[in-house]
Amino acid sequence: MSGTHATTPEPSYLVDTGTRTGVLAWLTTTDHKRIGLLYLYSMMTFFFVGVGIGLVMRLVQLTTFQKLITAQTYNALFTVHGVIMIFLFVVPGLPAIFGNFFLPILIGAKDVSFPRLNLASWYFFIAGAILAVLSLFTGGGAPDTGWTFYAPFSLKTGTNVSLAVFAAFVLGFSSMLTGINFITTIHRMRAPGMHWFRMPLMCWALYSTAWIQLLATPIVAITLLLVILERFFGIGIFDPAKGGDPLLYQHLFWIYSHPAVYIMILPAMGAISEILPTFAKRPIFGYKAIAFSSMSIAGVGSLVWAHHMFTSGMSGMALMIFSLLTMVVAVPSAIKVFNWVSTLYKGSIDFQPPLLFALTFIFLFCIGGLTGVMQGALAINVHIHDTYFIVGHFHYVMFGGTGMALFAALLYWFPKMFGKMYSKKAIYASWFPMFIGFNMLYFGMMILGMMGMPRRYYVHLPQFHTMHVIATVGSWLLVLGLVIFFATLLYATFKGEKAEDNPWGGVTLEWTIPSPPPLENFDVIPTITRGPYHFEQEEHR
Amino acid sequence: MSGHVHRDDLGSRLGMWLFLVTEMVLFGGLFIGYSYMRYRYPAEFHHGGMELNATLGVINTLVLLTSSLTVVLSIVAVQRGEKQRAMALLGTTLGLGLTFLVIKGFEWSAKFHHGLYPNSAHLATLPPGEQVFFGLYFTMTGLHGVHVIAGLSVLSVMLWWVATDRIRQDRYIHLENSGLYWHLVDVIWIFLLPLFYLAA
Repeated sequence: MSGTHATTPEPSYLVDTGTRTGVLAWLTTTDHKRIGLLYLYSMMTFFFVGVGIGLVMRLVQLTTFQKLITAQTYNALFTVHGVIMIFLFVVPGLPAIFGNFFLPILIGAKDVSFPRLNLASWYFFIAGAILAVLSLFTGGGAPDTGWTFYAPFSLKTGTNVSLAVFAAFVLGFSSMLTGINFITTIHRMRAPGMHWFRMPLMCWALYSTAWIQLLATPIVAITLLLVILERFFGIGIFDPAKGGDPLLYQHLFWIYSHPAVYIMILPAMGAISEILPTFAKRPIFGYKAIAFSSMSIAGVGSLVWAHHMFTSGMSGMALMIFSLLTMVVAVPSAIKVFNWVSTLYKGSIDFQPPLLFALTFIFLFCIGGLTGVMQGALAINVHIHDTYFIVGHFHYVMFGGTGMALFAALLYWFPKMFGKMYSKKAIYASWFPMFIGFNMLYFGMMILGMMGMPRRYYVHLPQFHTMHVIATVGSWLLVLGLVIFFATLLYATFKGEKAEDNPWGGVTLEWTIPSPPPLENFDVIPTITRGPYHFEQEEHR
Repeated sequence: MSGHVHRDDLGSRLGMWLFLVTEMVLFGGLFIGYSYMRYRYPAEFHHGGMELNATLGVINTLVLLTSSLTVVLSIVAVQRGEKQRAMALLGTTLGLGLTFLVIKGFEWSAKFHHGLYPNSAHLATLPPGEQVFFGLYFTMTGLHGVHVIAGLSVLSVMLWWVATDRIRQDRYIHLENSGLYWHLVDVIWIFLLPLFYLAA
């Protein structure tokens, strides 16, 4: 394709040019952009299933609805909500959608290093998703262990834990293969002149994420495999009666699952670092500090896992070390926040929907992050462990952080991906209920937790009722906002106005090519001569 | 990506090494479990190790090491364009890998015969530390065995590709990567041998 005439514009990647057409062309594509969209569509489907389950869970807390949902169903609901949201949406979210779509473009490449492996990763993802859904309806019914599958309960329960766990195992494969692909791509496919410190920060974020995916995911893979072996053959490693230790399960599980939190948040931070300079029209403040803080989050983040286990029974020394490390890991995150805010300082701010959501991210992420540091303190942790405070906290990080960043990234890159522009007014309209509902719901949960409401409880004491009602009403507003948001985007994909090649005045490589991008991204591979955020305005100053 | 063929052998090798890292971490989780349990039950692990046949373990080690050598030699043969020799060497590797599995099979069936398998009535009468020892033994050697089978399947495909000239003098990255995988299987076994067979 690279030899086509310069006079005829290359067709967009959305047009079928191969021998296969229609759905088949999409299902067999090795184009990183199409694979990104496959992930986008499938993940948004799972996201809305997860949202629906969350909504039902909130309804259960309005006690009138308990006639419809039994306690056992409620256990299944929070397990499935967690499994779907964590393994099918938040963990793979940004890297699989925007990493796939934009990583090669941002570094000036035509595709990832292993395009076929990339497609295989998507099939692993879908296979895992199908297995997860199957586990709800087969065997002993939907798993009721919570998404953490803690031993010994996960070994004893009659529900279909084995299949759900195997689904997570398969999804881990998808994540690992994507990680391998991205690391190799960044090492091998950068355009001439694209030095490491000329890469956009999204690439740095994806690079550190990929390393965590590579080094942490196999641990959860083996842990989940051990749960399966334990259930089928009784090997005894987690069973105290046979000399095993359930605490070992918790350690192994969190050795992966805490770094996984950074798999979720790092690409989100990368996307924010792309969005802010574009709308402040000035280079990002502290480029290297942000790049290195991504790498140090990846490093230190691997050493804090036991802060999930402060009440599980560990030595006092271990508690103090993990408490200290937990507070240390907040430092690189704070470095990023300060750099983002400094980027905005004295910028020529162009206020657009992506910036609104990026700022929302910073606000909500700060609440999530600071409450995280609170929990790192041992004395507070004992009080709030396993309460709604924890639930509120991680929703601030996962949804207020990663979720909002994903929405911001979607708004930012939507015109590039689809070549269409959405209604900005409708997006602003969706923001208000989303933001207000979000804070009612999750701040309400944190207050409930402080008051002593334990998480995962089907019923609650009368003194918690008012707060539960507020949180539930918040969940309705939140869902209303989400529906407006996605309806707007969906409408725009069909009926939206044609978008310009560079609607936001961005200066990274994706804005130098047509919207939507041609099949092979670049006619001629660009040669890079300077850093990523070079605004002319700034030069004239 | 019609018409555009991207070839980057160094990239493929990097990808393979990264994959091997994930494999090592996968076994790493089990090694963590092993270290913790051995620290907890030193005497029981000693007794458990005595039940295993160290001679067979060492023989199997030699078998695997030799098979790694023959893979390397087959790569060299392909580089020199000696197709027949490469195929013979790969065939030897496959044979040695199967030998390993057969010996392993005898060992396992002997253990089953003595009632030393997870959830068995006999094992339940032993002290908890030994139960964990055998749980780990079957898990780790079993997972390793699965990797041997995977490696053999991949190498069989490589043999076929050498035969059909998909792998040849100027294009042997797939064989090289498969060789790397086979070495990994070998290396993991070298760790398993002292941890179980020589634990006594």
